[in-house]
Amino acid sequence: MNGFPSMAALCYVLSTVLYGVYLFRQKDVLQKAGFILAASGFGIHTLDILFDFFRLGYLPLVNLRNTFGIASWSIALVFILFRLKTKIKVMGIYAAPLVTLVYIASLNLPDISRETSGVFKSSWLVLHVIMAFIGEAALAMACGAGILYLIQEHAIKSKKRGFFYSRLPSLEQLDAAGYTSIVVGFTVFTVGLIVGLVYAKMVWHRFADWDPKEIWTGISWLVYAALVHERIAAGWRGRRAAIMAIAAFALLLFSFLGVNMWIGGHHGGFVQWKM
Amino acid sequence: MFDIVLTGLNHTTAPISLREKLAFTKEESAEAIECLKNDPAVDEVMLFSTCNRVEVLMTAKNGVEALNTAKQYISKAKDTPLTDFEPHLYTYHGHKAVRHMFRVASGLDSMVMGEPQILGQIKEAYRITVKRRASGVVLNRLFHRTFHVAKRVRTETGIGDSAVSISYAAIELAKKIFGSLDGRKVLLVGAGEMAELAVEHLIRNRVGDIFVANRTFERGMELARRFSGQALRFEEIPSALETVDIIISSTGATQVVIGKDMVKPVIKNRRNRSLFFIDIAVPRDIDPDINKLSNCYVYDIDDLKGVIDGNMENRMKEAVKADRIIDESVIRFGRWLEGLNVVPTIVDLKEKMGAMARMELDKTLSSSLKHLPEKDAMALSRMMDALVNKVLHDPIQYLKLKSSHRDEAASLSFVRQLFNLDDGDNA
Repeated sequence: MNGFPSMAALCYVLSTVLYGVYLFRQKDVLQKAGFILAASGFGIHTLDILFDFFRLGYLPLVNLRNTFGIASWSIALVFILFRLKTKIKVMGIYAAPLVTLVYIASLNLPDISRETSGVFKSSWLVLHVIMAFIGEAALAMACGAGILYLIQEHAIKSKKRGFFYSRLPSLEQLDAAGYTSIVVGFTVFTVGLIVGLVYAKMVWHRFADWDPKEIWTGISWLVYAALVHERIAAGWRGRRAAIMAIAAFALLLFSFLGVNMWIGGHHGGFVQWKM
Repeated sequence: MFDIVLTGLNHTTAPISLREKLAFTKEESAEAIECLKNDPAVDEVMLFSTCNRVEVLMTAKNGVEALNTAKQYISKAKDTPLTDFEPHLYTYHGHKAVRHMFRVASGLDSMVMGEPQILGQIKEAYRITVKRRASGVVLNRLFHRTFHVAKRVRTETGIGDSAVSISYAAIELAKKIFGSLDGRKVLLVGAGEMAELAVEHLIRNRVGDIFVANRTFERGMELARRFSGQALRFEEIPSALETVDIIISSTGATQVVIGKDMVKPVIKNRRNRSLFFIDIAVPRDIDPDINKLSNCYVYDIDDLKGVIDGNMENRMKEAVKADRIIDESVIRFGRWLEGLNVVPTIVDLKEKMGAMARMELDKTLSSSLKHLPEKDAMALSRMMDALVNKVLHDPIQYLKLKSSHRDEAASLSFVRQLFNLDDGDNA
């Protein structure tokens, strides 16, 4: 065992703390430090994943521990890109704790090995999983932007500016960030799903067997497709778009985790956390 | 030893009728500085005058004398008896004068706390002072520190940060909604000083097209011309709502000018882009229910005042931070001033002892040792010098090797008393 996981966890935790203090004190150096720590944590996390990959010869994606590990990695990656593109510094207050929680959860889960028939060692699978996760991470950012939007909108509408008013960027900025995140997230997620479908066809000779996860993910995909369409074509923006981004992500989380944890299906292994 | 003194009046101590009488123009200020600098009671002098205050800052051997001179000058120059304005004057000595100057320059003493203009006004007055060579070591250092402190207060506290006028408050809100105001379209309904000021601020923030709708089309055209915008007939307002982003309304109408039913159908055509209504009119022009619509925001004049009050509260809090920075700086300046005194004290010591030694030597050489050859007289003279230096060596070391500010002032004072260096002055 190497020291990477604890170092990465430490970076993520410190990043979260710094962003927390930044939210209150608003000193620029705090958010800069928070971001650098998040990026450092991500770097170490990446090294850890590569380490595993070279050690085993494949990327382990067989249990909930692995799943959470890759999920937190994706969120960290997407947060870094999001922060660099939209320059919304305060987003760290949403992303850093999210990354930290999911990652630390992953470190505390048992590394249940599974009978892997080689199906789960293919690069197609890795591509499917990584793209799906990155897409979902971007949709998570959209959800975060939506939450911040609603908070700021309330501050302005109610005339009671309150704690957040001066700490959040303009509505326009938040809406634009949400828009970019949704579009990018949906695209990447779709590609990830397609890769999964193609691989399933190759290995099991059918695109899908409609296990609960696939059904619910399909539903989520449709919801996001509708959201993206409304955004682009019908000009949904502002309040409505924010609410939809949050609701759609809640649905996605359910498809991602809830279904298989409580229901079953061939995706069940990926959320296996009990022996 | 010298004193730093300041006297003046401001908007809290004197009514505008008096401030008007005593205000100095730039030329009058320059003249005043010239006259006062030439007066024997005054060493360095600076004077500045704005619509809200007149202040004179001086260094002098005798602060009280200098202050009287200044007051007399003001009375004469402004043809106002001293008794008329003396009760309205405040005076400060030493570090209190320094502190007052720092506070004024940082905007803490202004009518609108944190306002930025005062610093520029002081800089201008200082420029005149320098030109007239009325400032020396002390005032030059004082004013450089003043500008530095004012800048620190400005950057390290939020004292100048948020809007404290209706138009600025409206702009601040617009920025929170739209982010950048670049290219946003503005509709002005009606007319009026505050509304027009708001439009001017928006133009400075690089908004796009400006439309003006006025019941009297000619008045609308006038305003449109002023803002390089387009005049609209009142009836065209509903369709204008489809393209504009910010609406400022200030008509004398007793009823609502823009109602909810006018806005609702427009939202879809606008593809849900945000609409910001600024209603400065009383009675209100904009239906407050419009605020309930998605992506629409309505702020009436009470709401804007609420924003300003909130901001003023913040400024008060920031003023506490500012005072801390200022107190720190006053202490530092005081330490520098003290530093000025060690050297003169050492000089005074050497001079006094040297003078005493020389006097005694001369007395002896011209009476009891009259017959002494030149060479021996020189030897005696050298001996006196050496003795004086040896005797003074320890006291001087003591003065030089002071570690903390408080010790320095006390020891300086003690040494001066011990050797009676201020005999003749009224220190």
